[in-house]
Amino acid sequence: MKPAPFVRHVPRTLQQALAILSQVAGQDGRILAGGQSLVPIMAFRLAKPAHLVDINEVAGLDRLASDGKVLSIGARVRHAAFHAPVADNRLAALLTYVARHIAHYPIRMRGTFCGSLAHADPASEWCLTAATLDATMIAMSQRGTREIAAKDFFEGIMATALAEDELLAEVRLPLLASDAKFGFYEFNRRAGDFAMAAALVTYRIVGGKIAEARVGVGGAESAPRRISEAEAALNGRTPDDTAFHAAAEAASDTVDPLEDHQTDAAYRRDLVRAVVRRALEHSCA
Amino acid sequence: MTAPAKFVGRSVTRLEDRPLLLGQGRFAADVSFPSHWHMRVVRSPIAHGKLRGIDASAALALPGVHAVWTYKDVAHIPPIPFRLTGLKELEPYRQTVLAKDYVRYVGEPVAVVFAADQYVAEDAAELVELDIEHLAPVLDASGDTGPFDDTHGTEPSVIRKGYGDVDAAFKAAHAIIALTLSTGRHSGVPMETRGAIARYDAVRDILEMHGAAKVPWWNRDHIAQMIGRTRDNMHLYEGHVGGGFGIRGEIYPEDVLVCAAALAFKKPVKWIEDRREHLIAANHSRQQQHNVRAAIDAEGHILAIDNEFFHDNGAYMRTHAATVPDLAAAMLPGPYRVPAYRAIGHIRLTNKTPCGTYRAPGRYESTFVRERLMDAIAAHVGIDGIEIRRRNLIAKTEMPYDLHLDTLGTHIVYDSGDYALLLDKTLALADWTTLQAELKKRRASGEKVGAGVAMFVEKSGLGPSDTVRVDVKSDGKIEVVTGVASIGQGVETAMAQIAADTLGVDYTSINVVHGQTDRIDTGSGAFASRVTVMCGEATRMASVKLRDKALRLAAELMQADAGALDMINGEIVRRSGTGASMTLAELAQARPGELTAEDTFLSSHMVYPYGVHIAMVKVDADTGAVAVERYVIGYDVGKAVNPRLVESQIAGGLAQGLGGALLEEFVYDDHGEPLSVTFADYLMPTAREVPAASILITEDAPSPLNPMGLKGAGEGGANPVGAAIASAIDDALQSPGAISALPVTPQRLKFLLKDIGSRSRGR
Ligand SMILES: Cc1cc2nc3c(=O)[nH]c(=O)nc-3n(C[C@H](O)[C@H](O)[C@H](O)COP(=O)(O)OP(=O)(O)OC[C@H]3O[C@@H](n4cnc5c(N)ncnc54)[C@H](O)[C@@H]3O)c2cc1C
Repeated sequence: MKPAPFVRHVPRTLQQALAILSQVAGQDGRILAGGQSLVPIMAFRLAKPAHLVDINEVAGLDRLASDGKVLSIGARVRHAAFHAPVADNRLAALLTYVARHIAHYPIRMRGTFCGSLAHADPASEWCLTAATLDATMIAMSQRGTREIAAKDFFEGIMATALAEDELLAEVRLPLLASDAKFGFYEFNRRAGDFAMAAALVTYRIVGGKIAEARVGVGGAESAPRRISEAEAALNGRTPDDTAFHAAAEAASDTVDPLEDHQTDAAYRRDLVRAVVRRALEHSCA
Repeated sequence: MTAPAKFVGRSVTRLEDRPLLLGQGRFAADVSFPSHWHMRVVRSPIAHGKLRGIDASAALALPGVHAVWTYKDVAHIPPIPFRLTGLKELEPYRQTVLAKDYVRYVGEPVAVVFAADQYVAEDAAELVELDIEHLAPVLDASGDTGPFDDTHGTEPSVIRKGYGDVDAAFKAAHAIIALTLSTGRHSGVPMETRGAIARYDAVRDILEMHGAAKVPWWNRDHIAQMIGRTRDNMHLYEGHVGGGFGIRGEIYPEDVLVCAAALAFKKPVKWIEDRREHLIAANHSRQQQHNVRAAIDAEGHILAIDNEFFHDNGAYMRTHAATVPDLAAAMLPGPYRVPAYRAIGHIRLTNKTPCGTYRAPGRYESTFVRERLMDAIAAHVGIDGIEIRRRNLIAKTEMPYDLHLDTLGTHIVYDSGDYALLLDKTLALADWTTLQAELKKRRASGEKVGAGVAMFVEKSGLGPSDTVRVDVKSDGKIEVVTGVASIGQGVETAMAQIAADTLGVDYTSINVVHGQTDRIDTGSGAFASRVTVMCGEATRMASVKLRDKALRLAAELMQADAGALDMINGEIVRRSGTGASMTLAELAQARPGELTAEDTFLSSHMVYPYGVHIAMVKVDADTGAVAVERYVIGYDVGKAVNPRLVESQIAGGLAQGLGGALLEEFVYDDHGEPLSVTFADYLMPTAREVPAASILITEDAPSPLNPMGLKGAGEGGANPVGAAIASAIDDALQSPGAISALPVTPQRLKFLLKDIGSRSRGR
């Protein structure tokens, strides 16, 4: 379980990083962030990148800041940064709650938020968060900088809209309203495993009714996404069992379930129903 | 006359922990020799195929590659021999160290690369080109028999065991209960993967192999034989071992290859297995399907059990040969009176990783079968699971109880036991009546919670012999040289406790040597929960001899009568309490080389500890998940040398038992491709999935077969876990017999829940 030979580049500035990336991108050059996904697949020789652009020393990429509208998360920000709330906003509470479901403590100390998004595992909690909250991705290369909306970013299992020479330099998450409610639930066979299905919901209560509902589902399809059918089942309803049940059913009916050797479509739908309902229940707890 | 027990029976701290806690352990990978070569195994990527050719030229051309071996380089090495239960008819199915003309499972060694470092070795291994013609794999062990390859069938042997008139009992039965049950393929997965480092010392003409475990003496003798050495010019050395569980320490192809290469190239050769290799190359275990029937009378007394089962052994018969199915057949009756019994065990070959023993081999499987059967009988008769067991338990007055069955070359006679008493004690510890009331209340409020009980008899202390030598060194320290091995279970501490009490010294002054074939001529090793029983008694016997000798020699020097002397805290004193004394160190210096004694304990019968497990689970009806809320274990070990070590054995066994019940499974696809090749797919239970168990160790039935009353403790934590969990899930679902297969994955349980739901709606 030793990786194939590779060259590791350690740029100190963003310019250097982008320059090296543009040089090696064509030769299967890859960014090394926390290494918690890339290093295992290299050890298994499922990936044999000839070049690694290690961004762990790049100045400025550790920025984690809120401007009152969005929370900006730089490419070196680790999962563990969210163990305690990072801002005085409901979003920070949401991120803290979600973060502790990611893997195990040592992995959270190394793995990065942006790395999770770039890796795009369908079951990643951060990918689900980005999709549910409509994050904006800031992709940089020597060619320039562009913004990618979350709904256009995830293209499938471990596939994103990033080009080979692009660095996901920053992710921007919109802050939540002060009265926003959120709920999260994931199902896995052991604590710390990737979710077999996960749901994240946010909404507000306006005049006793649910408004601005967001229902995101991860781990069930090739990429996480908002399920508008489930959101429709919530908006304008009182937040009760009936509404939650309807939303869970809608999500379960809508998804195009991933199947694997042990998990058939019917079971995945069962899980989606359970996680959406429990995420909604969690939002009231 | 020996001193009263000061250490035996107490939970003294472990002697072996200091280097481990300080990071000074010496595991296989820690052993290195200057300029050693690294070995990398090229493994078959195909479950079944004809090996048409191997092209190693590209690998050989890579800088840093020293050599590549294929079958023709090792053609002179015979297949790996059987260590236990080696039936003659199984011999054609033994594994050669490299595949000859067929590959029969994904992971089978086909070639080996020797290179300057591990990285180059892996680069080169990828360049070795295999030309393999695909053949259809055999993956099912319970269907019809057929050809496994050109010359061999899929069923090399059938185990038959039994006694009494089974057919007559079934004719006379009030009712017949029939079940089809299966256990999943899983295995011991130690934290430390396998490893072997061999070095030929031309000066002494000695071939050394480091990284040995479990049975170094047997392995030394047989690896030597395979590669043309002798037991005198080859030695095996055990370092620290990061878990054994039955699978580690058997002779595998890699051990032999490392030794043969060190000899051939006159270079140290090192091989360290990686995790992916481990999960496809080290022994698997446990995959069986049982079609069992019980004949019962109107009150649920068993009249006879008839069991036909299919053992999926994978592609080759390894060192354990027929051991696992043999034990499954022999131990199935358990703690119950079974007047007539018949077992037919089909050993079947499939194109999967070969199998061997894993902690409670054969018993995890057959306890699941027997206890499922007991629950089914209870449901049929309409009484509860506790009552049905009570009615059928063998009584204390029937001990010793001759089972009329043989296994591992011994006749099974339960030496002692009070099964009903342990059941009572364990139920009391679980507060069973209150628990039932609570569960009922929670079920009434919609929760799916339930409890289950499983009982079992374990076996331990397999002979035939163990020899121990005890020496006093010139500094007064005592060395106990054994022929056993340490797989982490605390051998050093337990043996030191026994020797210390027998001699009259502190247990910390004792150094226990194990696993070094150059330190003692013979040794049986560590398996079958044998060490504390066999080596413990041998240690006691040798210590008695040494003590007598020390007192005799001291008597001469102290001009006293040996009978008037005593040894206390390592000092030889007069019983009268007056006059001069002498330390052991002084005596050892005065009579150099004489303070040594050796003795051998022989035993032709095993000893039989027994236990009760109680599980309480909660089923998540939406997802099919099972959470184990509580777990209670009662286990009688005859005499616990160190109660905390016994509890640790049980707690560790429980974790593994839960793995097999709920999580761990080697899954294959339709082409025989293994799907559980990383820890992301092969799910080991973690601290979060394993509840803290309440463990009760009792000493109500000391073994009459050794003076201390010892029985082994290694496997009782794992044995009945699948059975207890299945019973608890049935109870949670209020659906007797719902669970018929392990592991109970959430996918399978959810499916079952829907099935039960639709059946009850249809009613
Ligand atoms: C045992 C285990 C359990 C895990 N469980 C979970 C879990 O439950 N949930 C979960 O979400 N994750 C889990 N992970 C994965 C972990 O969260 C990773 O940290 C994460 O997926 C990737 O982040 P990283 O910083 O480690 O990225 P790396 O491993 O360094 O890189 C991953 C990929 O993303 C690319 N990449 C990284 N950063 C960037 C960037 N800024 N721009 C462009 N490309 C980039 C790399 O080139 C590479 O292809 C687990 C990992 C392990 C080992």
